Amino acid sequence: MPRIIYMAVTAVAEQDRILLAHGSGGKMAHELISKSFIRELSNPLLAKMDDSAVVPFSGKLAFTTDSYVVSPIFFPGGDIGRLAVCGTVNDLAMSGARPLYLSLAFIIEEGFPYDDLAKIVASVKGAAREAGVQIVTGDTKVVHRGSADKLFINTSGIGMIPQGVNISGSNARPGDVVILSGTIGDHGIAVLSKREGLSFSTKLKSDCAPLGGLVADMLKASRNINCMRDPTRGGLATTLNEIAQQSNVGIRIDEEAIPVREEVMAACEMLGLDPLYIANEGKLIAVVPPADARAVLKAMRKHPYGKNAAIIGKVTDEKPGRVVMNTRIGSSRIVDMLTGDPLPRIC
Amino acid sequence: MKFIDEFRRSDLAKGLVSRIVQRSRTNVRFMEFCGGHTVAIFKYGIRQLLPPTIEMVSGPGCPVCVTSNSDIDKCIAFSQLPGVIVATFGDMLKVPGSRSSLQRAKAEGADVRMVYSALDALSMARDSTDKSVVFLGIGFETTAPTIAASILQAQEQKIVNYHVFSMHKLTPPVVKAVLDAGEVKIGGIVCPGHVSVITGSQAWEFVARDYGIPCVVSGFEPLDILQCISMLVEQVEGGRSEVEIAYSRGVCHEGNIEAQKLMHRVFQPSPAEWRGIGQVPGSGLKLREKYSRFDAERVFEIEPGESFEPDGCICGEVLRGVRTPHDCALFNSVCTPQSPVGPCMVSSEGTCAAYYLYGGDSRG
Amino acid sequence: MCLAVPLLIKSINGKDADAEMGGVSRPVSLWLTPEAKVGDYVLVHTGYAISVLNKAEAEETLRLLVEIAAMGGVEG
Repeated sequence: MPRIIYMAVTAVAEQDRILLAHGSGGKMAHELISKSFIRELSNPLLAKMDDSAVVPFSGKLAFTTDSYVVSPIFFPGGDIGRLAVCGTVNDLAMSGARPLYLSLAFIIEEGFPYDDLAKIVASVKGAAREAGVQIVTGDTKVVHRGSADKLFINTSGIGMIPQGVNISGSNARPGDVVILSGTIGDHGIAVLSKREGLSFSTKLKSDCAPLGGLVADMLKASRNINCMRDPTRGGLATTLNEIAQQSNVGIRIDEEAIPVREEVMAACEMLGLDPLYIANEGKLIAVVPPADARAVLKAMRKHPYGKNAAIIGKVTDEKPGRVVMNTRIGSSRIVDMLTGDPLPRIC
Repeated sequence: MKFIDEFRRSDLAKGLVSRIVQRSRTNVRFMEFCGGHTVAIFKYGIRQLLPPTIEMVSGPGCPVCVTSNSDIDKCIAFSQLPGVIVATFGDMLKVPGSRSSLQRAKAEGADVRMVYSALDALSMARDSTDKSVVFLGIGFETTAPTIAASILQAQEQKIVNYHVFSMHKLTPPVVKAVLDAGEVKIGGIVCPGHVSVITGSQAWEFVARDYGIPCVVSGFEPLDILQCISMLVEQVEGGRSEVEIAYSRGVCHEGNIEAQKLMHRVFQPSPAEWRGIGQVPGSGLKLREKYSRFDAERVFEIEPGESFEPDGCICGEVLRGVRTPHDCALFNSVCTPQSPVGPCMVSSEGTCAAYYLYGGDSRG
Repeated sequence: MCLAVPLLIKSINGKDADAEMGGVSRPVSLWLTPEAKVGDYVLVHTGYAISVLNKAEAEETLRLLVEIAAMGGVEG
């Protein structure tokens, strides 16, 4: 079933740029919707053009919200549109929910090229289709030049949690196995490679992907998954620390077990960054009782977004709230949360 | 041979650790003078592998940490000049001066941009001919030649709006100052690896000769550091004090002559103010008269205001190896990476930042 | 300021070079190492090559460390 984004547009695209033209959505706004968006997408819910989408629902609801301000907005392997859909879908999936409906709001800086907006909308459509979600309501605002950095997106999403699934960052228990779904650092480094002033080039692409399908396969393999989280800003290290603190347990990981692409390793060496702290947008961490670990890992490896899944460590009762790593050379050290920005190090 | 993974082999690390444990009999303290070594030692958990006879202590090796508050205040003042772009290495952005920081100045409207290389700052000058670029020249002998090259490149390309505020410092004079102060009994020195690429291992001969302290130049991979410590232990147990190299793939006796030439062509030694140590004669680098039109201090007039150190901050003592961060009342209470009081916490190579991030002296 | 990484020089144009490591490339200035050639590994610090790495020395060092490890750490 095709889907549409419903926009209450308060500006008009004149020639090739979005402008502050008319303050209220009128004839011109409707023209924009029909010419630019409805032609791309369609959806009976949106076709209703009501002020709010009304959807049937029953059971436990997962509800999340996020704003996307990534710069640059187009990066290798994706763009802010794809990121917005995947990020929200993944937040829902991390609670074990089946992602269902999204809202999508744009804040656009005056002068933003119309073609870029069209590309982003196309990405949204593609990501939503892949994730199996519908975008049922939305909004668009245009602000004065300088009041926004090109384009910001806000989303919220709702999903349904199946019976018997209870996943939370506070459920980790000593003895549990920590599984990582694939290579870390891809997204952050791909985005960094396009930033000004760092001049390094790589074929690396962002790993931005919707993980609802992977999670569904994991839950089929076992309903006993204790925690799941996607290591976005702050990276793997920050996310593991969050779980350790929420559950008041220790986590011990093996440096050699963590999958990192050669290009990510190289870029981190060059910039003085640590892959443990770099953002990922298509990966997850699962904390699973030892008896279920093999089944979950097997299910993950069968899925395209989990083919490099690996057991990277375990939950312990040593140093509760802390993450410790066994280094490559046989020592161990504490892995703390990210503090501040991972600025490229020169020293 | 790609020069990285080979020097991280765990089997070879075990061999070196065995040797160190077997051979080290004398209680000894080794000091490193390079922020990169401070970080590497923590990152690879080196302390944990060493026998209790060996104590590792950090000296003033972080160029950002040893920059005086008055210099930081000057950097902020440059950024507040109209029509000026301040280009800086990332490490400097969050360092607190007397009243503010570059990051805060940026939030208040100053044009402060992070660069990875002096070449980026040069491009900035080329692209924004209506503005002046002031590049904050920070770093020891590893970095100073690159800044010198950028000035010569600016001259070659007739770029007139590129300037450097030189806060560069030389390492041997400060090693001498720390040894002369005699506050910490040092039994061996882990010599900075990349500084030595430029200066050559000859730069440390005075330490072995005049102070009788063993010196070994170390690289930054775990095997380099372990090999360095192993060689220092051999010297200590053998009663020798020489300069040796545990980074022979990058360091030689004379160093990089071309880099030394460029550095001396553009810069001359000057007195410099080191945080926590005070004035050390001949330890700084300033632009020669011939290049004065690239010298930000001579081209621009700034009013940095009065400079003062924050209360309770013992960065100076930490830098000299007299105290560890754990001895500081502010450490991990008032002073954290998110709200640093002194530069040792905010710089990515600062001793306090390393202790905070890697959990302190972890002996298992 | 010590961060310097070994990169492989792929091409040279005057005093500028393109160098690569692990599939990531970046421009490198050879102002401080005019003797560098294509195929050399150089140590790169803030965009400048500061030294041409000595492969023979690296191999010699590793040989020595392998010996030490083989002896169980005891001096041979």
